[in-house]
Amino acid sequence: MNTPAFLMFLAIVFVTLIITYFASKKTKNASEFYTAGGGLTGWQNGLAIAGDYMSAASFLGIAGAVALTGFDGFFYSIGFLVAYLVVLYLVAEPLRNLGKYTFADMIAARFNAKKIRGFAAMNTVAISIFYMIAQLVGAGALIKLLLGLEYTTSVLIVGVLMTIYVIFGGMHATSWVQIIKAVLLMGGTLVISIIVFAKFNFSVTDMFAQMKTATPLKDAFLNPGVKYKEGIDTLSLNMGLVLGTAGLPHILVRFFTVKDAKTARSSVVYATWIIGIFYVMTIFLGFGAAAFVGTDKIVAANPAGNMAAPLLAQALGGNMLFAFISAVAFATILAVVAGLVLTAASAFAHDFYNEILKKGKATEKQQVSMARWAAIGVSVLSIILALGAQTLNVAFLVSLAFAVAASANLPVIIYTIYWKKFNTTGAVWAMIIGLISSVGLVIISPNVFSPEVGKAIFVGEPLFPYTTPGIVSIPLGFIAGYLGTIFSRQKADVKKYEEVLVKSNTGIGIADNS
Amino acid sequence: MEAKEINKSFENDYSSIVQSSSFQALLSEKKKFIIPFTIFFFCFYFALPILTSYSTVLNSKFIGDITWAWVFAFLQFIMTWGLCMLYSKKATKFDEITKQIKSERGIN
Repeated sequence: MNTPAFLMFLAIVFVTLIITYFASKKTKNASEFYTAGGGLTGWQNGLAIAGDYMSAASFLGIAGAVALTGFDGFFYSIGFLVAYLVVLYLVAEPLRNLGKYTFADMIAARFNAKKIRGFAAMNTVAISIFYMIAQLVGAGALIKLLLGLEYTTSVLIVGVLMTIYVIFGGMHATSWVQIIKAVLLMGGTLVISIIVFAKFNFSVTDMFAQMKTATPLKDAFLNPGVKYKEGIDTLSLNMGLVLGTAGLPHILVRFFTVKDAKTARSSVVYATWIIGIFYVMTIFLGFGAAAFVGTDKIVAANPAGNMAAPLLAQALGGNMLFAFISAVAFATILAVVAGLVLTAASAFAHDFYNEILKKGKATEKQQVSMARWAAIGVSVLSIILALGAQTLNVAFLVSLAFAVAASANLPVIIYTIYWKKFNTTGAVWAMIIGLISSVGLVIISPNVFSPEVGKAIFVGEPLFPYTTPGIVSIPLGFIAGYLGTIFSRQKADVKKYEEVLVKSNTGIGIADNS
Repeated sequence: MEAKEINKSFENDYSSIVQSSSFQALLSEKKKFIIPFTIFFFCFYFALPILTSYSTVLNSKFIGDITWAWVFAFLQFIMTWGLCMLYSKKATKFDEITKQIKSERGIN
């Protein structure tokens, strides 16, 4: 057991529980629970978006990927950031103007059919749970390594904490845990980056010159192509990264926590600066780990490279910095899983229970209590799934969530806002085909089937040759929405589209959320 | 019955807003800005993986051991921040037109 690390973990648990205590006093009705009453400022929500988005996969995963594969690892950083232009230019403001609590609200603002809301809610739950399993598996491995606890115990600790934040503190607690985590993560990463840069004499050219010989890859480390040798596979990965964010339900719900579209816009701008600066620093984390920890030691700790950042902290600043960075990684995981639990629970309680079962007539008290039960249900389910998924690759699960979000959610979002002729059939087709094709292609991909024993879940020839499904499933989602609309011959409701057009562009006629 | 009528008058309101010249001006301003810039950032973004996958031009040196691939990768960050700020600047103009639409209708 590492004592400083243990104490810092305890400090994080303590601070987040205090936040939850104060948040619980404010969480009196459905609006407070789902969206913190829509009262966050642009700055607060910008930090919370960053805290919600920069997951363990970003911090631990990208640092490791850059350390082990050089330039190819950095593709993730670029895609994860440029994705915010899609969010800002096409999605954020219309989404804020059309939705109330969930992503399904926005689609339902145009198509008031129960099946549409049902499918949108189902996609939300599916994507959030995939993403959550990835975070929990990562958390289990991290705590096991740092504190020496069993994998099962580690997953349970994180699982219990995330449930407590959400059921007592709702969106208030979730937002503040994310804000604090974003500040800690930026601070920790900045400290490491400065130390690394100092070791390279604050010279970028020195850094590159040294990296050329610092790893077993030699020159190749600095060139693309170490990991991604197949052009189509690289494009597919990049497509999923850049288009996935704008369809991730736990990111989309963050835009309902501010009072209007203008604040939603400014929060994306703040988030883009914070997230961008963080991803630039992943170069220092990755290069530093490769140079000062060494490939052998990184791989020995974890074959996927997930321990590169904590090991770098240890190499640079000894046990204290190691403990601090590990605690930051712990806070990172907590903030992300809390956001995911809240998002999935909202889809159950608001979409399935209140809107579909109760026809929108549940009382505030019923809604909040259902949301709390749903949060417990979602947590228990994810914990059980995570316990069974210990051996799955974390990055694979995250890329799956991104590909499903880009294929099943993004087409229906874009068509709902921008296409006059879009209709109910098109919306259903887009969501179903997007979900089935993205999940289906992953099941027959090299991630699941490999001819080599032990390389994937099953032994056999993969029917789909690429590791990520985006390049096929994203266009399929868009095509399905188009064909469904054209073939149904159902006339689009022009009046309804005019309403959506006015609301999404001006905010006229929307209920005040504050 | 009454509720239905209110609803109907609201629907007519949305149609008349859509037909108003100020709303049409808002839509065309937005289209003129958003469509070309969206096409531009997608092209700029996908140019990087396409060039790294199907050519080696980016492997040539820029300064010292820094290759063009890293320069292009860093330009993606500059591009994102730049377009982000440009959007916020442009959006204040959209806000002004929206304000005008609202004041024409007596909505504040």
